Order: sequence, then structure tokens, then C-alpha cells
Amino acid sequence: MATTEADTSTRAIGAAIKRVEDPRLITGSARYLADLQLPGMAHVAILRSPFAHARIRSISTERAAALPGVTAVFTGKDFEHLNPLPCAWQAGGVENHVVTPRALEIDRVTFTGAGVAAVVADSAAIAEDALELIDVDWEPLDVIVDGEAATADGAPQIHEAAPGNVVMDWSIGDAEGTEQALAEADVVVRQRLVNQRLIPTAMETRGAAAQYDPVTGSYTVWMTSQCPHVMRLLMTAFVFGISETKMRCISPQVGGGFGSKIFLYPEYVLVAAIAEKTGMPVKWVETRRENYTATTHGRDHITYLEAGATKDGTITALRVKTYANLGGVLSTIAPGIPTTLYGRMLSGAYRIPNIHCQVLGVYTNTGMVDAYRGAGRPEATYVVERAVDLIAREAGLDPVEVRRRNFIEPGAFPYAPASNVLNGLEYDTGDYERALDRALEIVDLESLRREQEQARGQGRLIGVGLSSYVEMCGVAPSAWIGAAGEGWGAGLWESANVRVHLTGKVVVTTGSQSHGQGHETTIAQIVADELGVPVEDVSVEHSDTQGTPFGYGTYGSRSASVGAVAVHNSVERIIAKATRIAAHMLEANPADIVYENGVASVKGSPDKGKTIQEIAAAAAVAYDLPAGEEPFLDDTAYYDPPNCTFPFGTHIAVVEVDAHTGEVTLRRYVAVDDVGRVINPLIVDGQIHGGIAQGVAQALWEGAVYDENGQLQSSSLLDYGFPKAEFFPAFELDRTETRTDVNPLGVKGAGETGTIASTPAIVNAVVDALAPLGITHIDMPLTPETVWRAMKDASASRTASQG
Amino acid sequence: MYTMRPSEFTYHRPGSLEEAVGLLGEEVRPLAGGHSLIPAMKLRLAMPQSLVDLSGVPGLDEISVDGNTLRIGAMTAHATVASSGKVVGSVPVLAEAAALIGDRQVRQRGTIGGSVAHADPAADYPTVLVALDATIAVIGREGAREIPAREFFTGLFATALGPAELVTAVHVPIRPGTGAAYEKHKSPRSGYAVVGVAATYGGGAPAELVVGGVTGMPLRAEAAAAKVTGDPDSIAAAAAAVAEAIGEAAIGDSYASGEYRSHLATVLARRAMTRAVERAG
Repeated sequence: MATTEADTSTRAIGAAIKRVEDPRLITGSARYLADLQLPGMAHVAILRSPFAHARIRSISTERAAALPGVTAVFTGKDFEHLNPLPCAWQAGGVENHVVTPRALEIDRVTFTGAGVAAVVADSAAIAEDALELIDVDWEPLDVIVDGEAATADGAPQIHEAAPGNVVMDWSIGDAEGTEQALAEADVVVRQRLVNQRLIPTAMETRGAAAQYDPVTGSYTVWMTSQCPHVMRLLMTAFVFGISETKMRCISPQVGGGFGSKIFLYPEYVLVAAIAEKTGMPVKWVETRRENYTATTHGRDHITYLEAGATKDGTITALRVKTYANLGGVLSTIAPGIPTTLYGRMLSGAYRIPNIHCQVLGVYTNTGMVDAYRGAGRPEATYVVERAVDLIAREAGLDPVEVRRRNFIEPGAFPYAPASNVLNGLEYDTGDYERALDRALEIVDLESLRREQEQARGQGRLIGVGLSSYVEMCGVAPSAWIGAAGEGWGAGLWESANVRVHLTGKVVVTTGSQSHGQGHETTIAQIVADELGVPVEDVSVEHSDTQGTPFGYGTYGSRSASVGAVAVHNSVERIIAKATRIAAHMLEANPADIVYENGVASVKGSPDKGKTIQEIAAAAAVAYDLPAGEEPFLDDTAYYDPPNCTFPFGTHIAVVEVDAHTGEVTLRRYVAVDDVGRVINPLIVDGQIHGGIAQGVAQALWEGAVYDENGQLQSSSLLDYGFPKAEFFPAFELDRTETRTDVNPLGVKGAGETGTIASTPAIVNAVVDALAPLGITHIDMPLTPETVWRAMKDASASRTASQG
Repeated sequence: MYTMRPSEFTYHRPGSLEEAVGLLGEEVRPLAGGHSLIPAMKLRLAMPQSLVDLSGVPGLDEISVDGNTLRIGAMTAHATVASSGKVVGSVPVLAEAAALIGDRQVRQRGTIGGSVAHADPAADYPTVLVALDATIAVIGREGAREIPAREFFTGLFATALGPAELVTAVHVPIRPGTGAAYEKHKSPRSGYAVVGVAATYGGGAPAELVVGGVTGMPLRAEAAAAKVTGDPDSIAAAAAAVAEAIGEAAIGDSYASGEYRSHLATVLARRAMTRAVERAG
């Protein structure tokens, strides 16, 4: 492994420690939302719209209410006093036509699966049976599901507030310069790309439980959330209109989220409101079918790309117009994803002198679309990496050489992409060619190209695809992403509290949230390393608004580069205080104290020192502290990053396409990622493995499909191409390490790189395999039939042109 | 429509075959591995009033070789068939097909009797059993009978089983010298066969090409199979003729159209028959 700085192998940072979370997860003793049992708890089931677009004329609940075991039946009118859910991230600098869901819809639904009534019963089974006894008088309306078609004249109109079904029309970059550069380019490629809708499919579905205390007027809400503090803020201040102190939000063990558990959902509000109305503790656990329709989806872009280059492959312009389908109503941060996290990353890893991007956010009669692992950056990377391959093909150049020719060179950092697409931020650090070279070395491209040539002679179709990406982690500097800049409705700093107890054991509380990332291990490693205590002496607590400092939660690969930096800063201040106390204990000048490996000693006398455990005890008993020093080693830090961080790398896929069936076999997958400094290589590898699987799955198997009536065809795991471990070869992973100078830890972020990089690598590989047939692009997912049809059409048109 | 809980039903777990048979009737479903029936009940596509769980009935999960017949008890799990020395030693293609069913978990729980009785058009066993000219042993209140596999499957999820009958075993003829192979295009979504083709050749019997997953029930392409003489051209001709046997009958879904399934059937027929011919003694 190539590294830029020498590591000392005894340090906890950088050690491949097994996750402390795993024993409870593997043995089944972890407690998820569905495991929660409250005394006297009732169960909630939700009646959902069978229509994608309809008016509710009336709802009759009498028959359901009469079913034995049913406590209550509610409709949207029962919760009219609650506000619609907030849309907390709108597209910056333009008007957003915002329509958001309510706890239960009252008079109209705009997607199949919208909740319209709820039953409370002794058991979930009774509650679900009672749903069938609710009679809704529906008036079905015209339906539109396609994000591009929805903007056409004459398309059914979904919301009065959004003429033409447009949520927002957002543009960035240099329209004139891009137009001129395209006109002057030697090589111009144009392609319509469909980045299909995906269903996140966290292993644990969503759920919520709530208890209301009428004496204090306060709620306790358990929910499957990646950000319980934000949930409390949004529910109390925006939906319920109550004091933030009247609600406690808790995320129990959360079984994966991939972004889909960031958002405030109608059901969380509903369950809390029902607890208040009935006075009973209540719980709702989502079925997989509900999960597929009512939990957010991801991606769903239709994009027109135009790219220009000189004959030698120097890219001169990129113009992109994207229709981003956001569904029937807006989820919590939906408009921010295809704008800030997409358009702003369209320079990719390249020096592109002219860029222009227009994004139309669109309402359709489909489920809500919001952040899904990578969130905007996979879509941007797909556009850029397809564009590079299209240019290479059109100009008759090697895709590797086109990448090299256009890479931002190592000396150019910090680098601000042209046309101010990044709105004032700069790529922090990078050495893109080094990662590319390492990936090429591992895959042995020259031998592969020879094998490919020979195979073609035998009628076999082997393809090699590259993806050189850069992405944006650690969202975000609050002053940049806040109201003045990118439309985010709050800050995005992160918090940590570190306490060293009398016994020398350390408790860390963080405002970030762990739902598979391994915070309890990673953060403990940082504290252990810097404070000089054993990793097992550090306990990391999170996910409960009671007992942890306010934080924005976990998404956008921000927990290391923002959340852990807050921890680091706390530890630094604790060490400073420990040093002062040690100086007092040693009767030395604080300036003469060095703190190393958990021992504070006088410079030059390392044998005469006080351990952190001794200092912590002295600080806790407080018998004899320096004058003016407060007892206890305790510090809370709030870290607002000055910039985002920008991981990068090159992934290479080797595929074989069955010339008879169109079936794609992934033969090899090489990934060289640079995520900055690595805290735990096991965890980073795990994140990258999972990410690659998700990204490959988009390329080959996954796709949410709505029919023209707005019915989700892929509504279960039987019908949706969710990947299984057996579909993949062993991934060949390596890293380069280019630390960021944005934060003192040097970390960038590793949660999403695999997903961001892998999708275009696969598509580029399949298109490379099919190059002899004249195929330059196929839309995803590249199912066998899709590839077979492309081959058939290509050979038919070749026959026709030869004839 | 969003529930994933079965409607109310009564559950029986008889301790003998007689008792089990006594419980059968309309709106009653025998429960074997449950890997098709339970999901169907959760989606309320099946709403039986009672289930007769066969896991307590002794002797239904035995595999034996009796002269020229391989007998596999109805409650034998796919994983057991896939790894059984008796199956591998006598009718290896059956073990080969069993190993391709679903995933590891499904193969541990799903049973051959359950698969046969359920008659899913995308299941693997029916295709192979029709090609091998197997017999399905069933029992009901009127007594036991044996139904040739070629008559047992009558349509989409439809069989010759009476409402008060259950499958007890599958009997497969052992024909030395026969080469047989099964080719499957596995759905990445469900693990079912998008198309499965079983081929047999030699052993003193006519060649067989049977296509599953395309027309709703195993399709025996007799005219196509009759073209096979062992040389590659004859196999190619037979494979092409499979498309004719399918005709316009191919069914499609969101994963694969009828046209593509029909095409896949010809590709897999050629591959299966090529291997069958190689294996024939």
C-alpha cells in the first residue's frame, strides 16, 4: 500500500481492529426498533393509497373500528392541526415550489403508497386486517410517472403550486462559454442517459414507536433514523409546534439506511401523534412492501449530455441538462440532492474549462426520491465518466489516455473547478494519476487488452471499463451550504463530548449516528490513539437526544471528516487540561510538560510522569487542583469544517458478455481508492465492498419500475434486482493515501466512494465489450435482455448499412 | 395490499401419513418446506383455511435406489438431493438441478415434493423430472397412485393432484448410458429459472428436450429432440426447432419478455443437449 506519510504500527489509528459492534449484531442480541416492547403497547397499521393520483371523496372507518381488538381508527382530518412536513433543503438561489406530505393525506394523494388512514389495535395482525374494512371513496385522476414527460405541455398537473410539475429550475456554470466551446470543439459527443430509479432496501425496514406523558406533555419517540436530533428539531419546531424540550428521540440499533433513514417521514409524526391521542404507547413497523413504496427512492435522472474536446482528447466543454424526478411530494432534502450534490460535482476529476448544468426538479406520481448512498455524486460521476469514454471512442483514443490528459494535476490543488460550478469551494488535495496507475498495474491492462483481442477472434466479448472519480464528503461548511448559499435550512457542523471518568475510562458522546458504519470502533480508536488509553477503555454513545450533544447525524460520509474531528478537538482540549493538572501534580511548569502515549511528563525526564488515569482521578476527586481549574476532564466540541473533503480513485471492471444471451459476467473488479488517512482499514474496506456491490447492482440488476398507472411493478424482493454476495468476484482493493489539509485528522470519507465509482466502471466495461458491434451506450440496468436487444439492433443496423 | 401477514388459518401437524391424509380437503394445503406457500400466504395470494404440516410425518425424507428406480421422499430438501451420493451416483442431473435452486437458505428448507406439488412455471424440478420420465407418487383418502410426471403437470401452478391428495415421493428411472444435462438462466431477483432446459440423450431412449419457465408448464419439445443424432449440426437444428415448439406461447414479465425467453430457450437447449451428448455412454 502506498502512503504519503510513515505510520507507526503500534498506533490505534490505522489499526485493523475488529468492530466492537459486531458481536451483538452477529449473535442477534442487538435491539432493533421491531424488538422494542413497551408495557401496554398497541400496534399501528397504515392504509395506503392504491392509486397514484386521486382525490379522496370520503373515508368511512366504522367497520374497521368495530373489529374486535381495534382501539381506534384515524384519518388525515384527525391530524389537521399538525403542519405538513418541512422541506429542509431547497435548491439554492431559485424559487422552489414546495409540496410536502402530511402525517396522513387529507383530500388528495399523489403517489401509490401515500398514507390516508391508520388503525390502532392490540396486534399488528389485527390492525392490518382492519385496514381492509376501511372504505375510501376515491376519485382517480390522470397519472404521469416519467420525469421528462411530466414537464411537457398537456401532461397531467399534480400540484397547483407547481406549474408544469416543476419543483425548481436550477442552473449553474457558464452558458455562453460552454456554448462557444462546444461550437468550436473538434469532437462533440451527445448522449441521453437514464440514471434509473433505485430502491435503497436497507436490511431493516423503517419503524417508529412513541409514548406520550400527559403529565409533562412530553413525547418519547423511537425511530429508525440516521439523525435523531434533526428528527426532534423538525417534529417539534416545524410539525407539532411544541417546545423542542418536550420530545426525546431515540434511534435504537439501526439496520442500514443508505440515506433513506435521514428523512422525517409521515409515519414518525403519525405514531407520535397517535400516542398523544390514544394515551397508549404505540408502534409501527414497516413491511417490505411498504418499504418499497413509502420509503424514499434514489437517483431517477434523465440527462442530456454534450461534451466537446480537441482531437487529442482535451475536454473543452461539458453541458448537462437533467430532469430529476422527485416523486409525488418532496421528501426532507430532495431538491438539494440533484443540485448541490450533483451539478456542483460535474467537473469530475478533470480540468474542464467550460461547464454548464441545468436541473429541472420534477413532480410525478411516483414515490418520493431523496438521497441514496452517494446522493447526486454517483449521478454526476456517471455523466462525467460516460462522457470521457464517449469522447475517447469518438476521437479514436484510449480511454486511459483521455483521463490522463484531462486530470487535474497534483500541483494544482487546491483546485476550483471552472465556471464556478463548486460555488467557491475547492477540491482539497489529490493525486489522481497515481491512483489510476496503481489500478492499471493491478489489473494489468496490457495483458487484458491482448486477451480481449484474442477473445474477439473467437467471438467472445470481453470488456474493460474505467471510472476515475472524485467525490465530495464531509458536508459541509455551514456558511457555504446554509441559506445564503446552497439552500440548506440549518448548519452542518458536528458535535462531540469527551469525558474521562475518575477510573480513567472514557465516555464519548457524539451527535452523529451509527447504523452500520462502526462509529463505536472508529471513534474509540481516535480517542485511544490521541489520549493514549486502551481502545477498550473508550465507550462511544450516540443516537439518543437525551444524553448526547446536538448533532446533525450521519450521511454524506461526514462522520469521520466532521464528527470525528469534533472528537479530536475535544481530546486535544482534554489533553491541554490534563497537562495543566499534571504540571501541578509534578510541581513543574505546564510549558515543560510533554504529553505522549497517555503520560504527561516533564521534558527530559520521561520516567517521572503522571498517567492519564492518575490525572483523571486527580481531576475527578479534585482534592488538589491548580488554582482556578475546574474539576473533571470533560470537554464538548463543535466542529464546523472550513471545506468539504474530496476523496478520489480509479475503479476498473473486467466483464464478459455472453454473445448469445447478453448476460454480463463480472470477472474482476479492481478498486484503488484514496479516502485520505485511514482510521480502520477493515472498516474502510467493508464500506468500499458494500459500496461497490450497490453500484454494480445499479449497473446490472436494480431498477424501480412504475407502470403508466403509477403502480410499482418492482414492489418486492422477488421483482427487484437486489444483489446477493454470490453475484460478485472477490474485489481487488488497494489504496493510495493523500491526506486532506481540511481537517487535523487528514481524513476524507469512505462511506460512498464504492457506490459512486462502480456504476460507470461497469457500464463502460460492457460498452467496451460491445464496441466491435458499434454500440456506444446502453441504459441501465444492463439486464441480459437489454444487452441482447442492443446487440441484435446493432447487428441489424450493421447489416442494413452494409446492404 | 401492503400487509405481509397471512390471513387466519388453522395449523395441524399430524404424526402419520394416515392422519395427514385424513386432514386434507378443499381449502386445506399440505405444508412442506413452505418456501413458496408461506410467502404466497403472506402476500395473500394463497389463503388456505388450514395447513397440514408434514414435518412430523416419519419416512417422507428418505432417498433409496430400488433396482432401476431412484426414489426420493417428498420431504427431501433440495440441498440433500444436491449432495446425496445415491442421487449423484444414479441420476446426476437431478443433483445438478437441485444445486441450482434458489439460494443456500431455500435449498435447506425447500423440498422436492413441495416444488412438484406447487408446479411453479419457473421451478427447476418439474422440467428435469419431465425429461427424465419420472413418476410422482401420491396418496389420498382413496389410496395411493402414481402419476407420470409428463401427465402430472397440467398448467400454470396446476397439477393432476386431487384436492385431498399429497405427494409422497418422486420415482426416477435409472437408465445407464443416458447423458443428461440441465441449463438454467437464473433470475438475479428471485433465483427461479427465467428459462431452464433439460436434455437427455442415449441410454436406449429417445432424446428429450424439455423447456421450463417459458410456457407456464414444462414443455416437451419432442419433434425438436428427435432431430438430435449426436453431431453439432443436429443439435443446432434441434435447438432452433425449440423456438417452433414454443411458438407464440412464451410468457413474459418485467425481467424477460416472451421473445427473449423463447430465444434463451434455444440457446440453453443447444448447450444442454451438447453436454447431454458428451455425457452419454
